[in-house]
Amino acid sequence: MSTVLDPLDVATVRRDFALLSRVLHGKRVVYLDSAVSGQMPLPVIERMAKYEREEHTNVHRGVSTLSQEATDFYEAAREKVRRFLGAGSIREIVWTRGTTEAINLVAQTYGRVHVKEGDEILLSSMEHHANIVPWQMLAQEKGATIKVIPMTDAGELILDSLDELITDRTRIVGVVHVSNVLGTVNPVKEIIARAHAKGVPVLVDGAQAVPHLLVDVKDLDADFYVFSGHKLSGPTGIGVLYGKLAHLEAMPPWHGGGNMIRSVSWEKTTYMPAPGKFEAGTPPIAAAIGLGAAIDYLSALGLDRIAAHEQDLLTYATEQLSAIPGLRILGTAKDKASVISFVVEGVHPHDMGSLLDGEGVVVRAGHHCAQPVMTRFNVPATTRASFAYFNTREEVDVFVSSVLKAIELFK
Amino acid sequence: MSDPRELYQQVILEHNKKPRNFGKLEACTHHAEGHNPLCGDQLELSLIIEGGLVQDIKFTGSGCAIDVASASLMTGAVKGRPVAEAEAMAEQFRGMVRGELEPGTQTPLLGKLTLFSGVRDLPSRVKCAVLPWATLHAALKGEAEASTE
Repeated sequence: MSTVLDPLDVATVRRDFALLSRVLHGKRVVYLDSAVSGQMPLPVIERMAKYEREEHTNVHRGVSTLSQEATDFYEAAREKVRRFLGAGSIREIVWTRGTTEAINLVAQTYGRVHVKEGDEILLSSMEHHANIVPWQMLAQEKGATIKVIPMTDAGELILDSLDELITDRTRIVGVVHVSNVLGTVNPVKEIIARAHAKGVPVLVDGAQAVPHLLVDVKDLDADFYVFSGHKLSGPTGIGVLYGKLAHLEAMPPWHGGGNMIRSVSWEKTTYMPAPGKFEAGTPPIAAAIGLGAAIDYLSALGLDRIAAHEQDLLTYATEQLSAIPGLRILGTAKDKASVISFVVEGVHPHDMGSLLDGEGVVVRAGHHCAQPVMTRFNVPATTRASFAYFNTREEVDVFVSSVLKAIELFK
Repeated sequence: MSDPRELYQQVILEHNKKPRNFGKLEACTHHAEGHNPLCGDQLELSLIIEGGLVQDIKFTGSGCAIDVASASLMTGAVKGRPVAEAEAMAEQFRGMVRGELEPGTQTPLLGKLTLFSGVRDLPSRVKCAVLPWATLHAALKGEAEASTE
């Protein structure tokens, strides 16, 4: 039996977002672009400002009370991330600048050690460029090849051939948890289990998943799980690499410098244990604390409540858009997060984007850093609306009527 | 910033729907491809230049309405003109949509191309309007490719 949740109190939540009261082109802003970057609620902004105003110094430096305090806040944020992901140890949580840096870190450390000439890297056909290009760079350097898991026209990965695609040359599998274009929630647990059956580790790009789903890296048995703070109502410039401790311990460091060393001499330098050895230099302390505050904020709202609200908006918007002649939704997977990409016959996505902008409706138009997905669906670009916990059905109505208005103009 | 709808006037919408000079000149003397890497707009121009005149010009490609209408109107505007005049138009057009012209600058060469002046208020779309002209410039210079990046 499922528990019935109190619905999210959206009207109260919206008071935490000043941007939602802004007026563009004489119209109230309708922010449907959280897949590009989530908005930060006031408590997150205030927490970061408090740190900068009253608590700012460096972390892991010396004996001052202030430095100890900053270190405590910074490490407490790491613990919040650990709990949020269901990781076993805070030593498995590495701060990065974002998803992109986290993937590059794995490619340049784990990847460089394990991928050799003739080896294979298996990626899905719906990856963001962030989970393609770092692997291509590695493959080029090593003489390895990239293989791709295909998908259906609905935007669901075809796993029939997965056991053939994973060969004895496959060194790592990279798969996106939730597609930023199609909204597809991929069955990563199954993919991981099948990769593990052949002894191959899996990196999961969770950038678009963490805002919408309850993620448990232990349950998934992911080897690496990465995401960015700014998609999770936190600030830009901070992200997370979760890695199983055994991997992180075995991996060489990446960037060298202060903070990541145990001792330095001209003869021999030794490194900090994970995660310290991956965190060279002064980190974005306020951003890390801000991400911790964002996790607190979302947890207080209730991640399951957020998911239920977003699913309602997704269903509501999908129904309305599907009824528009000439409009095609890309990504019709059974299991979807609140992201809708669409194209309209005779209206280029960039024109659609500009016209929606004129109505105050903020969406993304373009290739969404996923050009292979555009190629797969034979479109140059799409318009994408993404719904967050602060959006309302009324905003979906404004969005849909603005789409209709744009289509009318082009008739 | 002005309302984006102001840019989407009837002439632009109509040229987008029914672009003029759409196609390829097999026996062209000049040719260039243009692309806008950020948004994926692609354009191919072929020209026949004889006696210093743009005798014929055609384009193919895919892009947004601003891009297609700009290409359609451009090809119509430069056809039959001296090459030097086409170059001068390209320069004026780029100055206009980038908002770089001195106030009060007359642009008699541009004629109805001044329809695109509103693009300067939509910085993200300037590249769309400019792409055909950048490609024309490349073709006239004998370069194979133009990019708005």
